[in-house]
Amino acid sequence: MIESKNITEVQLDIEKIRADFPILSRKVNGKPLIYFDNGATAQKPKSVIDAIGNYYSNQNANIHRGVHTLSQEITVAYENARSTIQKHLNAEHAHEIIFTKGTTDSINLVASSFGKKFIFQGDEILVSAMEHHSNILPWQQVCEERGAILKVIPINKEGELIISEYKRLLTDKTKIVALTHISNTLGTINPIEELIALAHVKNIPVLVDGAQAVPHTNVNVQLISADFYVFSGHKLFGPTGVGVLYGKEKWLTEIPPYQVGGGTIKTVTFEKTEYADLPLKFEAGTPHIEGGIGLAAAIDYVNKIGLNNIAAYENELLVYATEALGKINGVKIIGTAKEKASVISFIVDGLHPFDIGTILDQLGIAVRTGHHCTQPLMQFYGIQGTVRASFAFYNTKEEIDLFINGLERAIKMLN
Amino acid sequence: MTIEEIENEIVEEFEMFDDWMQKYEYLIDLGKSLPIIDEQYKTDNTLIKGCQSRVWMHSELKAGNVIYTADSDAIITKGMVALMIRVLSNHTPDEIMNAKLNFVEKIGLTQHLSPTRSNGLLSMIKQMKLDALAYKQIS
Repeated sequence: MIESKNITEVQLDIEKIRADFPILSRKVNGKPLIYFDNGATAQKPKSVIDAIGNYYSNQNANIHRGVHTLSQEITVAYENARSTIQKHLNAEHAHEIIFTKGTTDSINLVASSFGKKFIFQGDEILVSAMEHHSNILPWQQVCEERGAILKVIPINKEGELIISEYKRLLTDKTKIVALTHISNTLGTINPIEELIALAHVKNIPVLVDGAQAVPHTNVNVQLISADFYVFSGHKLFGPTGVGVLYGKEKWLTEIPPYQVGGGTIKTVTFEKTEYADLPLKFEAGTPHIEGGIGLAAAIDYVNKIGLNNIAAYENELLVYATEALGKINGVKIIGTAKEKASVISFIVDGLHPFDIGTILDQLGIAVRTGHHCTQPLMQFYGIQGTVRASFAFYNTKEEIDLFINGLERAIKMLN
Repeated sequence: MTIEEIENEIVEEFEMFDDWMQKYEYLIDLGKSLPIIDEQYKTDNTLIKGCQSRVWMHSELKAGNVIYTADSDAIITKGMVALMIRVLSNHTPDEIMNAKLNFVEKIGLTQHLSPTRSNGLLSMIKQMKLDALAYKQIS
């Protein structure tokens, strides 16, 4: 069971915070929207929406190499956004921050480029049983191409990695470990610092999928010593279509470019191309400029509230919802790790998650249903899918009460 | 009855409902009441892969008409499936292929046909029409 971590009521002005998110005042199916699908994507504060609008109204130009004022201004703004992300993650250098399309794109980049340079016949790549498909498929692909083997760290029924098995699976053949920081389906917070340290004992680099972690917790990439840390902008209250790959300078220098083209070069002749230094080596083509700027605005917003405050408040929501769900007959929570983020997956005896989600939707309550892109994890639990409620700092206990009422109503209707 | 007449009949039935709850309760009842497929046909071969709820569908040609049977593991989907079968089953391949299925919109359940619902219903309708086309080509 989850316990409150000795945190008294967190003082956040939720009403004021909610006013920053225009979408939270809309209605869905005639009811006030209750948005509990934050694990899929988070809503955007006005400062992010304004940053994007302002970009197109006042700043639009292509970045880098333009001699005119607009181009220079936006280049500075875009590079400032990179610095904002660098500071937020406490990366050593700004050029260790690569803009990508999102988590999936970042993982594909690393899998492809790292694979080409370092993965060979008979090598092993280690992932965990709780990974999102996006942190399985790129590695599966590399294994097929390079003749390597994908190994899987098992989990226990609570949804925690079995550390002794992890240690056993770290061998001389292991070339890279790819792990999620927080499980999108179970909410499990993995002891990422310890897991990375164990791999480093054997000089094995670790990629961390931080998609679910960055909205809930402070990430210090130097402290945890992640070799690669990846996430998406849109789950961090920023725009869709932009994401981040943090990589240690050493690794980003050693691995080859992923996609090549405009922006990635120093000199080009038909015989040979000399590629640009970091970060441009990995940023082919005109980037998602307003995405980068919007993401920086989102990070500024989150930091104003403070991720420690956010984590504490969300933990209150998690404990409250877990207790309430526990009182409903037939509800079983999937994922009961000791350390959990504000993500609750559950099933209801005899009922299909799709049916529950459909009824809740009629009540204006947005949850996610299905396998959450973690089919191997569903197979482990022997289920088709779950209903997942995932909370953000703009959600409230009152909303959880309405959700519980709605769920009870759905169960009654469907039985 | 023609396909259109059955569609109109369903639209009239749904007009009696005052709110969404009655509508869904009706769908749930439809879903519960129908043993709609023979167990032997509930296999991977007849499984229409939707993202969330699974739908199994079997068809056969009898006296020039296509007979459909189906099932789903989600009760609301099953209710929708039951409506589709009521409309399309026991008609000729040509009639089925030309069916517009406007009733779904009229009864306010189009959300179940949008691709994002991923409930397999859209795929099921496509498969029903493909089966009809196949029977037309055989005969």
